[in-house]
Amino acid sequence: MILNKVDERILNLRAGDVVYVTGEILTARDKAHARAVEMLQSKQKLPFSFNRSIVYHCGPIISEDRVVSAGPTTSERMSPYAPKILEGADLMVMIGKGGMSGEVVEAMKGKAVYLAFPGGAGAFAASKIRKIKGVFWEDLGMAEAVWVFEVENFGPCVVAIDAEGRNLYEEVERNVKRAYDRASHL
Amino acid sequence: MNYEDVVDAVSDLIVRAQTELPSDVVNALKKAYENEESEIARKNLEVILQNIEIARKSKLPICQDTGIPFFFIEMGRELRLNFDIRKAVEEAVRRLTPSVLRPNAVHPLTRKNSGDNTGIGIPVVNLDLVEGDRLRIVYMPKGAGSENMSQLRMLLPMETMKIKSFVVETVARAMGMPCPPIIIGLGIGGSFDVSAKLAKKALLRSLDSMNDFELEILKAVNELGIGPMGLGGKTTALAVLSMLNHCHTASLPVAVNIQCWANRRAEVIL
Repeated sequence: MILNKVDERILNLRAGDVVYVTGEILTARDKAHARAVEMLQSKQKLPFSFNRSIVYHCGPIISEDRVVSAGPTTSERMSPYAPKILEGADLMVMIGKGGMSGEVVEAMKGKAVYLAFPGGAGAFAASKIRKIKGVFWEDLGMAEAVWVFEVENFGPCVVAIDAEGRNLYEEVERNVKRAYDRASHL
Repeated sequence: MNYEDVVDAVSDLIVRAQTELPSDVVNALKKAYENEESEIARKNLEVILQNIEIARKSKLPICQDTGIPFFFIEMGRELRLNFDIRKAVEEAVRRLTPSVLRPNAVHPLTRKNSGDNTGIGIPVVNLDLVEGDRLRIVYMPKGAGSENMSQLRMLLPMETMKIKSFVVETVARAMGMPCPPIIIGLGIGGSFDVSAKLAKKALLRSLDSMNDFELEILKAVNELGIGPMGLGGKTTALAVLSMLNHCHTASLPVAVNIQCWANRRAEVIL
């Protein structure tokens, strides 16, 4: 499936589905999340909108207006900020690696999905980015700024947390815990 | 050997390490791909292998997290340099930022980025004096996703049998966050700080050089089923590589340094 617009169709995506993204995505990692939440809490208007957006947890390498390498970063670090950001959005897609946990999974119900892009595949990801459409908060530095990318067939992305709250990482974790407990009894 | 020769050689070394993954790591990933049964695990490994090819052919960094630069330098004691080797290494790092290297170095408290991948104590340079007249420089960039999942524990002196379970526990806690399939650097003995250094240095070993002790830990780790990218599967780790030192009779320091699948390293001899 190719996702070219964030609309109600994202609610039909199910954990385990594989999708490819075509269109506009925004990068945001630690500092951008912290700043956005701070601004939202003090009722300031953001220079971009998270509503119906695709947020990519990524700190790219950009050289001479070209995306050199742009794989996902560890999404878990964004888990504490994401619920506040989701509050102001009616629909949203997040792309990252390693999954998210805690409150955010509950906050995603009925409005957001989390897609897993293979971690470390920076050169591969860059090959799916057609152009840089803009940048916000460049004062945060190259990795932490909010870049606006135009992507084409960006994937394979695995739907890892769906809008019904099914979380593939949690399922794997349950099995890992069982295996771990079994091993500790030996 | 002059300053510029070393700067150029180190620059080539950095580009090579960032764009070409060592063959032992690539082969281990290919084997993992053939061995996996789950569709999602195979897909992730397929993209990882494609990415390695794209990076090598187009001379692009394999991963955007080009890490913090670590150098392990062996200097022949007959060699005389009329410049500071650390300065030459620093210069190469600076020149490649940001064309190849993402500016990653920040002050730990203010979080201000230096902009050129240098800073207090960065690059990390380990200098050893050896026999002969050669200069051997090994470069390893280390990303944060995997580094953040590393652990150190001061075991009781007689708890050698707990080394394995400590590794398994550390990996189980890390789940998909360090970009599995991971490579596990295991430092045993020395002291609090030395064990961590051994764990890092062990990551420079070939993946094909595991002994029975390491293979046993690897088997236990892979039974966890975390799999590629934490989405389940048979391959959680590609290798367990250890190094040990003697230590105090009253202690048993054990450090686990987690490395992502992109175990980038390269060396040059001048």
